[in-house]
Amino acid sequence: MASVTISAPEVKPAAAGIAFILKKAAISAFIALVLFSLMVGVRTEAGPTGQLTYWTRFGELAALVAAVFAGSIVIEILRQWIGPAGAGALVPPALQHAIKTAARLVAPALLLFTLLVPVIFYDQRYILDLGVLVLTYVMLGWGLNVVVGLAGLLDLGYVAFYAVGAYSYALLATSLGLSFWEGLPLAGILAALWGVMLGFPVLRLRGDYLAIVTLAFGEIIRLVIVNWQSLTGGPNGVSGIPRPTLFGIALTPADDGLAAKLGIPFSPTHRIVFLFYLILALALLTNWVTIRLRRLPIGRAWEALREDEVACRALGINTTTTKLTAFATGAMFGGFAGAFFATRQGFISPESFTFQESALVLAIVVLGGMGSQLGVALAALAMIGGFELFRGFEQYRMLVFGLVMVLLMIWRPRGLIGHRAPTVYLKQAQTISSDLVREGHG
Amino acid sequence: MSGEQILRIDHLTMRFGGIVAVNDLSFAAERRKVTALIGPNGAGKTTVFNCITGFYKPTAGTMRLARDEGSEVALERLNDFRISKHAKVARTFQNVRLFPGMTALENLMVAQHNALMLASGLTFLGLIGAPSWRSAEKRAIDRARFWLDRVGLLERADDAAGNLPYGDQRRLEIVRAMCTEPVLLCLDEPAAGLNTRESASLSELLLSIRSDQGTSILLIEHDMSVVMEISDHIVVMDYGVKIAEGSPAMVRDDPKVIAAYLGADEEEAIAVMEAGP
Repeated sequence: MASVTISAPEVKPAAAGIAFILKKAAISAFIALVLFSLMVGVRTEAGPTGQLTYWTRFGELAALVAAVFAGSIVIEILRQWIGPAGAGALVPPALQHAIKTAARLVAPALLLFTLLVPVIFYDQRYILDLGVLVLTYVMLGWGLNVVVGLAGLLDLGYVAFYAVGAYSYALLATSLGLSFWEGLPLAGILAALWGVMLGFPVLRLRGDYLAIVTLAFGEIIRLVIVNWQSLTGGPNGVSGIPRPTLFGIALTPADDGLAAKLGIPFSPTHRIVFLFYLILALALLTNWVTIRLRRLPIGRAWEALREDEVACRALGINTTTTKLTAFATGAMFGGFAGAFFATRQGFISPESFTFQESALVLAIVVLGGMGSQLGVALAALAMIGGFELFRGFEQYRMLVFGLVMVLLMIWRPRGLIGHRAPTVYLKQAQTISSDLVREGHG
Repeated sequence: MSGEQILRIDHLTMRFGGIVAVNDLSFAAERRKVTALIGPNGAGKTTVFNCITGFYKPTAGTMRLARDEGSEVALERLNDFRISKHAKVARTFQNVRLFPGMTALENLMVAQHNALMLASGLTFLGLIGAPSWRSAEKRAIDRARFWLDRVGLLERADDAAGNLPYGDQRRLEIVRAMCTEPVLLCLDEPAAGLNTRESASLSELLLSIRSDQGTSILLIEHDMSVVMEISDHIVVMDYGVKIAEGSPAMVRDDPKVIAAYLGADEEEAIAVMEAGP
């Protein structure tokens, strides 16, 4: 951070009296009472003959309200004890410095760990599959980050490009017999073309309106896929999509397979490991291109567009083509990810490309911190990995997920890594605090 | 009027529904001169600017910009970013419009977008890090460094633009416009919110831009000390029409101008009368 943390002046807030604390706790308890009186206090069920039976659970209700009351008092006392300085006063400067140094090592350490995952967890297929899934979302997040994080265009229909990429490769491979390595660039190009096609009509829209149209676009693509049975197979999807090959060498137990050629016993894990490194390479390519683009005039124009579109026009920047290139670039990466998804699954259907996917990828970008590559990677790991972690608590998974989202938005309203690193500097690159960086307005 | 004209505006009219913001306005700006557009609030000055810089499409009238080699550009036919890109007219805004989350240096790099875009081979040469792109980028940074030095912001080149003090932001916006290498620089109230010392250094900067870069300047300003000091020619507007035009001395003594300012704001009228050498 560029800003130096100044230790808060030693002014204790006027110590609020016990009456204040009690009043606050009472209000919280009252809200809890209103909320839970029907949710918890009354239990309804269908009786044996179909009639409605209900009984009251005032004991549980009272316990909940009491817990809220007590909790509110504890939180308020803690708050007064810590003081208004918050975390800055809690963490000693030496530790803060250490954290800063460690933060610089997070990205290389994470990359090293990712490279070693197939080695460490070679015999744990579940972990490897999860790793592939996380990396797919990291790539999607990085792709969407170009559109949302850099150019500041809110895109709620990103899954459309994922779908276009997946179906492009699936159909090219099954009907024309193209291999993965031929199909991959074509899938990216086709998705980019769709990105431009979406871009044209929506360029005049901003903010909420843009978001709604992109949302609709995502649904249109899915509905076309469902209904254009002769081409896409409709709800039945496309099956028999060829698996990727290592530059022509298949990863099968056949005589000309990789295992046979290397003279080692065949194991289905080979393919998973190969897929892992494949998606890792694709994701890193996305990351490398994005980082390069940020330092080029086009990337700076994207960020300038996010900061102030009117000023961009006054400086002679063609905002139309700039937005279109952002859409196309993001869509292309989505298309690559889609092609990978198709070849990994071997079967795709419209069910994989619902709005929920768009929302998930967007949540990853927003949680990670718009524009931050590392933040997006961490958010993807936390979201997808976290989802799996809580698989045992099926019922409470979404509850925990929502709670974490709320807490994160309170603690870090601009995402995990909200600050921005400058693309060019004269003397020293200073990170720019998140409250100066704008989110874009569509 | 003597000398070569850079911008000739004829019968410019801008209507918003029933409101006539600018009514049949004609004036000319000379090359390498400072032309000021003054008038009480709501006189239509910024509307004229928005027409010239393509943010509005005028209802009627013509705006001709003379290029160096003699050809003319019809500004009313260009729109949006093309005025800055092809006609080389740059502008600043009444309320500063920097890119607050980008550094001062980055702001000036964005201003050189079109030149850099070509140099980066529409991104492709830049992506592979071609030497021609690297040298072009270096030249762009040097140009930015030159302008930052010019306004004394070299030390703060790596600071976020949104973190700079207000006066610095104003000056940064002016040099950002200059980084597009304009032939005509349109400044919308550059001295607004500046203190006396800052206004004086602004006047100095504008005069040096005019003489060193040979850029013609079109200026909207309320600060009469700035207007009277640096303008070669003043156009006075009120209620969308031109009520006077001439040298600073002529305009200052024009009874119609004094009346317009008295009618609108007594203090400004006194400022008009008292300002000047």
